Amino acid sequence: MRDIAICAYQQTDIVSDAGAQNEVELIMPVLGRTFAQAGINNAQDVDFVCSGSCDYLQGAAFAFVLGVDALGAVPPIKESHVEMDAAWALYEAILKIRMGHANSALVYGFGKSSPGELPIVLSQQLDPYYLAPLWVDSISLAALQARLMLEQGLITERDMAEVVSRSRRNARNNPHAQLKGDISPEDVLAEETYVSPLRKSDCCPVSDGACAMIIATVDQAQAWGLPYAVISGIDHCIETHNLGMRDLTDSVSTRMAANHAGMNAGKVDVAELYAPFSHQELILTRALGLDAETQVNPSGGVLAGNLMMASGLSRIGEVFNRIVNGEAQRGIAHATSGPCLQHNLVAVLEKGENA
Amino acid sequence: MSEEQDVVTVIQAPIYLKYNFTAGAAPARFLTQLKKGKLTGQCRDEPGAPVYIPPRGSCPATGKPTEKEVELSDKATVQSFTIVHIPIPGNAIQPPFIVANLVADGANISFIHLMSECVNEEVHIGQRVQAVWKPEAEWDYAMDNIKYFKPIDEPDVPPEQIGKLPVTGWEG
Amino acid sequence: MANLAAVVGIGQTKYTTKRTDVSIAGLVREAAVNALKDADLGWDDIDAVIIGKAPDMFEGVIMPEIYLTDALGCNGKPMLRVHTAGSVGGSTALVAASHVQSGTFKRVLTVAFEKQSESNAMWALSNPQPFSTHLNAGAGGYFAPIIREYMRRSNAPYDVGIKVAVKDRLHGARNPLAHLQKPDITMKEVEESFMLWDPIRFLESCPSSDGACAMIIANEELAEQAPKSPAWIRGGAMRSEPTMFAGRDEVNPQAGRDCAADVFQQAGITDPRKELDVAEVYVPFSWYEPMWLENLGFAPVGEGWKLTMDGATSLIDGGDIPWNPSGGVLSSNPIGASGMIRFAEAARQVRGDAGDHQVAGAKLALGHAYGGGAQFFSMWVVGSEKP
Repeated sequence: MRDIAICAYQQTDIVSDAGAQNEVELIMPVLGRTFAQAGINNAQDVDFVCSGSCDYLQGAAFAFVLGVDALGAVPPIKESHVEMDAAWALYEAILKIRMGHANSALVYGFGKSSPGELPIVLSQQLDPYYLAPLWVDSISLAALQARLMLEQGLITERDMAEVVSRSRRNARNNPHAQLKGDISPEDVLAEETYVSPLRKSDCCPVSDGACAMIIATVDQAQAWGLPYAVISGIDHCIETHNLGMRDLTDSVSTRMAANHAGMNAGKVDVAELYAPFSHQELILTRALGLDAETQVNPSGGVLAGNLMMASGLSRIGEVFNRIVNGEAQRGIAHATSGPCLQHNLVAVLEKGENA
Repeated sequence: MSEEQDVVTVIQAPIYLKYNFTAGAAPARFLTQLKKGKLTGQCRDEPGAPVYIPPRGSCPATGKPTEKEVELSDKATVQSFTIVHIPIPGNAIQPPFIVANLVADGANISFIHLMSECVNEEVHIGQRVQAVWKPEAEWDYAMDNIKYFKPIDEPDVPPEQIGKLPVTGWEG
Repeated sequence: MANLAAVVGIGQTKYTTKRTDVSIAGLVREAAVNALKDADLGWDDIDAVIIGKAPDMFEGVIMPEIYLTDALGCNGKPMLRVHTAGSVGGSTALVAASHVQSGTFKRVLTVAFEKQSESNAMWALSNPQPFSTHLNAGAGGYFAPIIREYMRRSNAPYDVGIKVAVKDRLHGARNPLAHLQKPDITMKEVEESFMLWDPIRFLESCPSSDGACAMIIANEELAEQAPKSPAWIRGGAMRSEPTMFAGRDEVNPQAGRDCAADVFQQAGITDPRKELDVAEVYVPFSWYEPMWLENLGFAPVGEGWKLTMDGATSLIDGGDIPWNPSGGVLSSNPIGASGMIRFAEAARQVRGDAGDHQVAGAKLALGHAYGGGAQFFSMWVVGSEKP
């Protein structure tokens, strides 16, 4: 198979409310910076475009159609869309390059979650006959999972607070982060519970923003003369929707995806994990068998800001940034979808020649 | 299983979700002018750039922002139309009514609006029309500040000229 | 370059207004099980599942793949959800094919569905947005002015659309899965049917259907071992353009022309009317047959309607290039599945497995889908012969 590299990555600041900007206005500047980073003019200069978004974030059908207005798609372009996190748009684009129908691709994701009540909106992705009518929101389901972890003695509330504290501290070096600061585990533990046993800081915030990435064959990346990171493996895997049938304290599908993606073939310097709740970072770290050799979520992760529909792609972008900046040789990025880590994707990134 | 058991084929599970809608920065500029009774298009800040109405934030052909505002005429040309014979959900208008794709003088793209004060069977592509506004006191941030467009006594625009007229209008 | 891939199994549901006897999960599973049976395979033989449907608001289930994984035997496997508006059924098939053509997977299942009866699709399509005019009386209200402009440009007789409406329903009467069964339909009946969005009459419009369509796509090695003859993928293409831009040709969109040129070039086709045996093309309003005949290069610009009027596109009249022998979208329209049905019906034809609507000896077929404001296109060419 052809080796594929990430050549450019840009994102907006992660903000609690993008205010007056609509989706097109949110996407256009990010795309402009991504094209500039890759030294190209617009989407006409790549062979394929794929995006990820969700109509229900803004409450209107065909949200992605307006996204096309940001691309400069005249003359027409080869373009597709997944109603999933843009990490899966990246997956579709990789298949397109592997099969030889493209040498380069633009991938982008966007989400303006602030107009609705995101945890309530997400309750409508559950089984429509048995669960959705109960309006079980995403935070309550995660709380149920955290409770299992705590009651089984797998983690303590302090472990969770340490995740939060490290996230906020790491985020101080992330210019785009929404929540950052020097808070200690004690500060977190002093907070009231929000949806027991979760405290508000255990939950990712609701955020608005977008991100974009350009990938290409290694040959194309070298021809462009850009520093790049090679995507040496990528895989994803879904589990049953029936929460009662899953071991919620583990993430089997993450481990399977990581194994298929070849994570264990070398040292992992950095891992960016899409853990919307503090205890889920612990589940993922353990499921993947990461140890002290691996720096987890140096960006602060999504506890510092969650670009719904783009957070998965931005995890991959964060690892790319660290590799091309020389901070890491090899890293993994993770994306998730569905309640309690139901569907997981893992990508393995390695330093390319020019990086 | 008892034979008398009901067969469940339908359950009612209504979904109500509340959103705080924002129009976007560019549409907001357009709506602000509309509240004053003015139709403004937007275009890229380059000579000869196409003028869009209603603006959505970008020039879709190029993916660049439409930063420049251009005041348009409330006279327009019929690019095409349909006579609708079914009601629109949530709209009081009674069929049959005309929904037309109209291009305002000075704009390069059509928008959708109603036509009235016309004989439906005589409406045609290239026909000249003008906005009929609601009373000023009722103006809001909405396209229905214009009740509808009505035919005016000007010569038809040839189809190849539709969408290319200057804001000064059509001399025939 | 791309690895070879072929359709080795096809499964559909019966299309109808309301499938109250099954849930959404039951509907997609029925199509998937039919496809597995057709290919003589079991769930364990599938490496990944690719699912497609039109907007989530049509059923009110957000990202339904999350809930449907159990019904589609996908646990422990990759699952991808495609959404490209009305063209989604076609693009989902192409994304599924890319799983195999990239060499990443050996055999995948793809499913597209819509269960319109679970919600209100007309509402979801015309969901009023603040600050915009609410004049969208469904998709017909959007496409009627474009059809009117085609009629002006081409000077086509008024009854071309009526002829297509009759032809596709007579085709549909030969397809037991088709939603509308109208074996006795006449030109007069269509002409006298209620005018909805002038010039579109009720019987010139597609119905609103529940239904699902599934296909199994396998690599070269597995396709050659398949019990039934495979439909080899000879080319696949997608194109998109913005909904509105100054100077856009809405009647004959460039995205459709470019997409057709791309897919025909891949399949080595220079004269589609002559070289293809049959086409399944997304025609939700009857006048779109002559419009797409021109857009896809089956006829010169302005002359598509002549093929229709001459009976060239009719299976029953023995036309040289039958369009939509299955009855097409005019006979069945589960929106998100409609594109995949076109792709699957093209494959059925070249497998020689299309029952009473089989085009005799069909070897090369086009599957086509479009969506949005006729701005998203996906197409494939399938053949009985390995490329």
